[in-house]
Amino acid sequence: MSAVGTLKSWEAMMLALLVAIIAFNSVGSPYFLSVGNFVNLFQLSIEKSIVALTMALVIIGGEIDLSVASVMGLAACVMAWTFHAGVPMPAAILAALGAGILAGLNNAFWIARVGLPSLAVTLAGLIGYRGVARILLEDRAIGGFPDWFNTIGQQALIGPLTAAIAIFFVLFIFFAIVLHGSAFGRLVYVVGSNAQAARYSGVRVGLVKAALFVGSAFVAALAGILYAARLGSVRGDMAEGFELDVITAVLLGGVSIFGGKGNLVGVGLALLVILNLRNGMGLADITGNTQNYVIGGLLILSVLIPNMWQELTNKWRGRET
Amino acid sequence: MNWLKRRVRPEQIRELSLLVLILAAIVFFGSFIDNYYSFRTFNRIASSVAIITVVAVGQTLVVLTRNIDLSVGSIVGFTAYFVGTLIASHNGINPILAVAIAIALGAALGVVNGVIVAWGKVPAVVVTLGTLAIYRGVLVDLSGAKTVTTDSLPQWLIDLPLVNVAPIGSLDIRALFMLALVIVVAFQIGTTYLSFARRFYAIGSNPEAAQLIGLPIKSVVFLAFVICGALSGLAGFMLLARFGNITVEAGRGLELSVVAAVVVGGVNVFGGSGTVTGAMLGAVMIGTLEQSLFRLGISEFWLDAVLGLLILLAVASDAVILQRLRQLWGGAELKLLAKETDSVSSEQSASPP
Repeated sequence: MSAVGTLKSWEAMMLALLVAIIAFNSVGSPYFLSVGNFVNLFQLSIEKSIVALTMALVIIGGEIDLSVASVMGLAACVMAWTFHAGVPMPAAILAALGAGILAGLNNAFWIARVGLPSLAVTLAGLIGYRGVARILLEDRAIGGFPDWFNTIGQQALIGPLTAAIAIFFVLFIFFAIVLHGSAFGRLVYVVGSNAQAARYSGVRVGLVKAALFVGSAFVAALAGILYAARLGSVRGDMAEGFELDVITAVLLGGVSIFGGKGNLVGVGLALLVILNLRNGMGLADITGNTQNYVIGGLLILSVLIPNMWQELTNKWRGRET
Repeated sequence: MNWLKRRVRPEQIRELSLLVLILAAIVFFGSFIDNYYSFRTFNRIASSVAIITVVAVGQTLVVLTRNIDLSVGSIVGFTAYFVGTLIASHNGINPILAVAIAIALGAALGVVNGVIVAWGKVPAVVVTLGTLAIYRGVLVDLSGAKTVTTDSLPQWLIDLPLVNVAPIGSLDIRALFMLALVIVVAFQIGTTYLSFARRFYAIGSNPEAAQLIGLPIKSVVFLAFVICGALSGLAGFMLLARFGNITVEAGRGLELSVVAAVVVGGVNVFGGSGTVTGAMLGAVMIGTLEQSLFRLGISEFWLDAVLGLLILLAVASDAVILQRLRQLWGGAELKLLAKETDSVSSEQSASPP
């Protein structure tokens, strides 16, 4: 089976799974197919969904960014801290986005310029950025943001959609165009499948990687701000451990951890599968803990079953010829 | 110098560069902290790194084969909790049996990882991210939110972390640290001299070549995961001994500390190079930084930020030192090569036409 064929069948599999889950859920609960429930289930982990988009690009580019959750926390804490120090809210938000860009530049410097493995650099970032967030807020929780800011996070702005959901869709379309319709997107695939070959054919690999990491941190900072708006208050341990959920969603979306393979449609479908599965299980009174390991199992099976299927069909074909 | 260069490869002395960095850190902290050069400092660092070190040894084997095991934290928590529950309800259990059960339980969880990675051909990150959630989830569900408490454990287990196995002067070598040390030495010797264990390196540095010369790649990868699981099981037992109180959250996030130790220890995340001694030094480096920053009187809120920065610097300086050494060695090798071709050509010209 060609690479394209496998990719197509991955999305087909995700889509079939999604339809099955939605069908099952809507039979189980009459409230499932309402717009309200749909918005709700999207809203519950919208920040992770947003970060998953850039994480997909980073992983397709053959790297990994473990620091995203800490950058989310860092941005939220910078915002809360500057606001608390008397800076107007819009400026505080800009400072938070700036902190995100700085964190991204720091990652990019060590990975793209010095050439250290991204796993090591962003692991240090995971610890370090969280540390800076802790320095800023210590063990305080800062809230009391202006009403308009909390409204952004909590109320529907565009039709039934909240600002975060709208931003997710805009970013989804934007990154889909970047990845699948722009020259830069092609470079991401090229760098991800063979960085050395890319370098020898004149691609500025460092620049592509730097762009990926700065973009990833910027979007993580944005997601951190939206998370703060949704919760209404900020703490140092905010969004801790989110990185694993985000990576899980991206890998479930058929993105290869070795880089160079995958697309945003798959990631979008995987996000929908996770959300609907969690929502359905929630409606059926299954605890969050059980939900976690069902999704863990799904992650493994989503790769294992196609592999075994391939093996079986190969054997069958071998016998036939 | 040339003699040295011929005998030793840069990769072999990268542990040395890490050792120099650790010594530099100790001298640095020693000049700021009163009474730093004391046995208490040693004991603190030693007992804080023992558990991480044991898991890092297993993780090193997995990383050598171009894989990664993110489920170690969950395996540690799983075994700590269940062996703890077992010992709490059967106080008279033979200590050796208890340790064996912990190792077997960890190994069994490692078997699951290994089978899916090796024979299911699923990337290790995907498998172990999944089992990270699954093992923890099963633990939470089965536990019914109960905890293991110190007063339900037998006295020998509570005393174990304080047992002094090798008193050298007033320097204590506590049992758990000694255990970690023994494991590091055993695995270092094994991975250096056993032809069987060299397969971990062969597979990681060039899987295609390993396949072509007929190495059983699948069984070796499987074995790496099983050993990693078994050592994580042992670490679970050590965790139980050290803390006594074990909740379902025990060991959560440990995978990140372990991967940090392995990475700082110079084990290549793309497989094929690195040693278990390096991983231990990585753990010691991080442990030294953590404990010393704490003693320096730095506010606990500053700890993580400084730690993140220092880990980054450790990895960066290690990479730079290694690169310099390689250049130095590369130069020597070229000269050597030039000399050999010179002698060959002079021999040829000397021989009669």
